[in-house]
Amino acid sequence: MGDVVTVHRPQSLAEAVAVAADHPGAHLLAGGTDTMVEVNFSKFKPEDVIALRQISELRSFSVGADAVRIGSGLPYKAMETGEIADIFPALAQAARTVGSPQIRAAGTLGGNLGTCSPAGDGLPVLAALDATVHLVSRAGERTVPVAEFMVGVKKNSRQPGEIISAVTLPRTRGYQGYSKVGVRNAMVISVASACFVHDRKSSSVRLALGAVGPTVIRCRDAESWLAAQVDLSKALTRHDVTDAITAEFSRRASSEAKPITDHRSTADYRRHAVGVLASRLLRRAAS
Amino acid sequence: MTTNEMYSLTVNGEHRDVRDSWIGESLLYVLRERLGLMGSKGACEQGECGSCTVLLDGEAICSCLVLSASAVDCDIRTIEGMSPLGTPSDVQQAFVEEGAVQCGFCTPGLVVAVHHLLEHNPDPAPLEVKEALSGNICRCTGYGRIFAAVEKVVEVRKANGAGR
Amino acid sequence: MSTKTTTQRDVLGTSALRPDGIAKTQGDFAFSSDYTAENMLWGATLRSPHPYARIVSIDLSEAWKINGVETILLASDVPGKLTYGLISSDQPVFATDVVRYQGEPVAAVAADHPETCRRALAAIRVVYEVMSPLSTIEQALDPSTPPIHPEGNVFRHQRIKSGNPDIVGDVVVEGTYEIGMQDQAFLGLESALAYPDPGGEGVELVVATQWLHEDQKQIADCLGLPREKVRLTLGGVGGAFGAREDISLQVHTCLLALRTGRPVKMQYSREESFFGHVHRHPGVIHLRHHATRDGRIVKIEGTMKLDGGAYASTSSAVLTNGVTHLQGPYKCENALIDSWVVRSNNPPCGAMRGFGVVQACFAHEGQMDKLASALGLSPVEIRLINAMETGDKLLTGQPVDSVAPVARCIRETDAIPLPPPLDVTPGSLALPGGSGRTTDPGHVKRGVGWGVSIKNLMYSDGFDDTAEARCTLSNGVATVKFATAEVGQGFVILAQQIARSVLGVDTVVLDTIDTKIGSAGSTSASRQTWMSGGAVDGACRRVRERLFEHIAHQHGLDPHQLDIEDTDIVDTMGPLRVPVAQASAGLTIEETFLHRHRATEELDENGQGNCHVAFAFVAHRAVVDVDTELGLVKVVQVATAQDVGRVLNPLALLGQLEGGIAQGLGLAVMEEIVVDNGIVRNPSFTDYLLPTALDAPDVVAIPIEEYEPLSPLGAKGVGEPPCISVTPAIVAAIRDATGRDLSRTPVRPQDICGV
Repeated sequence: MGDVVTVHRPQSLAEAVAVAADHPGAHLLAGGTDTMVEVNFSKFKPEDVIALRQISELRSFSVGADAVRIGSGLPYKAMETGEIADIFPALAQAARTVGSPQIRAAGTLGGNLGTCSPAGDGLPVLAALDATVHLVSRAGERTVPVAEFMVGVKKNSRQPGEIISAVTLPRTRGYQGYSKVGVRNAMVISVASACFVHDRKSSSVRLALGAVGPTVIRCRDAESWLAAQVDLSKALTRHDVTDAITAEFSRRASSEAKPITDHRSTADYRRHAVGVLASRLLRRAAS
Repeated sequence: MTTNEMYSLTVNGEHRDVRDSWIGESLLYVLRERLGLMGSKGACEQGECGSCTVLLDGEAICSCLVLSASAVDCDIRTIEGMSPLGTPSDVQQAFVEEGAVQCGFCTPGLVVAVHHLLEHNPDPAPLEVKEALSGNICRCTGYGRIFAAVEKVVEVRKANGAGR
Repeated sequence: MSTKTTTQRDVLGTSALRPDGIAKTQGDFAFSSDYTAENMLWGATLRSPHPYARIVSIDLSEAWKINGVETILLASDVPGKLTYGLISSDQPVFATDVVRYQGEPVAAVAADHPETCRRALAAIRVVYEVMSPLSTIEQALDPSTPPIHPEGNVFRHQRIKSGNPDIVGDVVVEGTYEIGMQDQAFLGLESALAYPDPGGEGVELVVATQWLHEDQKQIADCLGLPREKVRLTLGGVGGAFGAREDISLQVHTCLLALRTGRPVKMQYSREESFFGHVHRHPGVIHLRHHATRDGRIVKIEGTMKLDGGAYASTSSAVLTNGVTHLQGPYKCENALIDSWVVRSNNPPCGAMRGFGVVQACFAHEGQMDKLASALGLSPVEIRLINAMETGDKLLTGQPVDSVAPVARCIRETDAIPLPPPLDVTPGSLALPGGSGRTTDPGHVKRGVGWGVSIKNLMYSDGFDDTAEARCTLSNGVATVKFATAEVGQGFVILAQQIARSVLGVDTVVLDTIDTKIGSAGSTSASRQTWMSGGAVDGACRRVRERLFEHIAHQHGLDPHQLDIEDTDIVDTMGPLRVPVAQASAGLTIEETFLHRHRATEELDENGQGNCHVAFAFVAHRAVVDVDTELGLVKVVQVATAQDVGRVLNPLALLGQLEGGIAQGLGLAVMEEIVVDNGIVRNPSFTDYLLPTALDAPDVVAIPIEEYEPLSPLGAKGVGEPPCISVTPAIVAAIRDATGRDLSRTPVRPQDICGV
């Protein structure tokens, strides 16, 4: 047939790290929901592939008092219900919107981070939670804040020979929610998405927007503005979060978005949509 | 452990060797073109239609998105495995009796998805059925008769369960 | 819903089950893509990336070096006719000096593996001189625009001038309606397998198609072979909806097989499929309706313009169909309408379920609502006031002599209870936005909208066709043969039901569907129940006649007093009762029947003429929930009453109604091929969105049975009407919910938000 291609199937993370070190250009394959589309469309010819499916360490998660560590190979389906969903409702909501049930059974956070598309469904949640990305290589482990990891459109700061092993999500106290706009009622690429987290512990709110910029956008201006209007160390109520505050929060969020017009939607609509999502998520937080 | 031009898959309980293949082949391609299991269908190669749905280690996934050589040591069940002795399963029977089959191209993927749904959720609410099947596109039926088929299977299984 | 019981025979009127159903559920049914042959090669097509360009040179040398490549073909390798086409042979097998649409075939290869084919295609060096594409209707209509094809930039112009075009109504409403390009998006991707005869004198082709004989004719012409040397067998078809009416890969596959002397299989990917078949014509329709103060339409004026894309396909017929339906199922005597379908460097358009009437209906229903509004009438009232009846005339002068229960369709749809108000908790998947959780119950407005349609059945405008079928009765078993393409619609069920009803047998064997019998015509135009059903019925009746003659002769009776009761032959005037199985023991009776419909006329230059055969009618009422801030829509319920003549199979009928409604819903809210200066922006299922299970509305469907005496079985075709008036009904419902004057379909979120 021609090109010799090798598929490595390491059975442990240590083995995977060793293979990655010896084959730094190898393609890391988790659920295949991004990679195989590229292969099927002949945009990508795999030569060296490191298949991570069977590494049980990557498919696990551990719950701590302050944070939860989720293996990069855990399928989205596992985040829709159960412990992770209870602790991070926004992640569960985002997981539920990923593709189709079949995609959710295979797709992973590691894959979303690896591909780093601005429309990646889990990414606004990671950004809003100030998650940390764990990267393992022969040189050891390093961690990168997710905002620094996501560099641009389909660009991240993973180095050759590194494997995304896990993400750590700090636990928060307060409302968190996620919404995604698409034309159909299921199985859509996001036209615009938003994740809102209110953390009473740190008296902060975080608003992360997806699909409206080259990478996920944290609306730091809107966040700090809201923090100055409302006491975020307490639960939010409709009394504090007035219509005027909601409207201004929404306006600021919209203005921080950097959407484009493409075949899926227009920049104007996307900007409008994130404003609506921001205001609705804030209202939900305050009800 | 590396996989080069020859490897073996466990399909419907049997070991099947895959030879002389190009390693970039998807599981769907291997099932159909290497192993002669033509029941799984390809309609999009992107995971957007569900026609290629098979069970991989008990999970319903799109076989067009699985690199076949990475599925060694996995338990693969295809549409052919839903009626291993040739007798149609109750899901298959219900599909025909409720008019859920027109052109039939989406049908194998749907049958696998329905088997999977009911195994894990034997009495799903209507919206649960719709969500579970939202990854399987049907262009002919508009889904109404498919929902009726699922309802029928649930009813019959409940009745049989109750009769025990 | 009547389902089969053990004591009930599967005759006409019952929900007989599909004979291929179990095989389809087990993955055993052979679609054309499941065929494989010993020593087989794979074929693939090289397509132009440009919508309009001159081909300067083609260099195959690098491609030939690739190991595994067996042959590469260009236009110069076509032995027969260089072009093909359903109406006008203007479409090249391979482009010669010019490519006229993105995706136009330039070359084809045969190799040992699809991957080798891909590499070979990538290695073919074509030098193009890119030209500026003709990309709008107005450009094409402008006489100063240079022609992009020797046959010119306008496929057809058709005027309808009827009655008194100067009459003026008390009320005038006007609107401009835009319809986007929809794709048939059948799931069973294009595929074919060609087996060359030794010596290359002929070829056998297994292919998924809608019309075996028309394919045969065009293929034979291009191969330079006599027709009988090109034998076609229908491979299992995974849906069609019009997209398989034109040639796609048939000629290429045969050419590759004949050149290599080996079987060749071609199979399109989804992306290639978007480029490989025709789409629904996008267009713009401007209408001005004049009405009396009490709501009666007195005149329709306007224009209809469709973009046919690069090649003719069936564009001229789509135009005729569309423009002759612009009045809708409503009485009207006066009109002045001009219509055009043009050539452009956009994707070629042709048949899609509805064939021009989808576009016309979107426009006329928008107008009916405007009229209602202007006169203070409800959408139901305005339609009842104008509802056509049997005997009324079309604006073409043709009397509608089919049964025309338009008012009844409307009333019975209206009587269907509306769904209960939205009553869900936040986060429910039933809300607009579905799993995206964008919308809370308080954000939702509900709307109701109406659509009613007329649709011609069979082909029109002098294009008169036939259908042939053969029936053989032997030892109590009937065998039926036809070339009717089963594409999922269920003709195979109907054929068995007919034979059981007419002959009193229970076992009906269906012979292979191939070109070894005469043409059945196309599976399109809602015509097969009438035409192929008529042919099967005719063949079975002839067999029965001969059987009766035989028995009558045996018993000294007059054959005319015999009849079939269940599975027996009975003497209606005496005691004789003989089981059909016994009566036909040791006999083989075979009859072939050719069914024709009555002749149609071509329209004259004023659009006058009896150009259609028959008509069916349907009403739809849609209920939608709209998140007006985000512009997201959930279609909650579609209620419909459809004029079907006679219900031949309740379950199969419901399948057609629900399936058509889903396609019409797609055109209303999500389906559109986005073309930008000739370039297709979304040739994939990621961005060409089809309705999922979560998008499906509740459908309440009522068949209206008023026996159609013109039809051989009393039944009308049902395939197209379900997808026609549902689209304007949904858009009208969105207008109702939002107050927005939406004039375009599909409706996009930004249209609803006004952003």
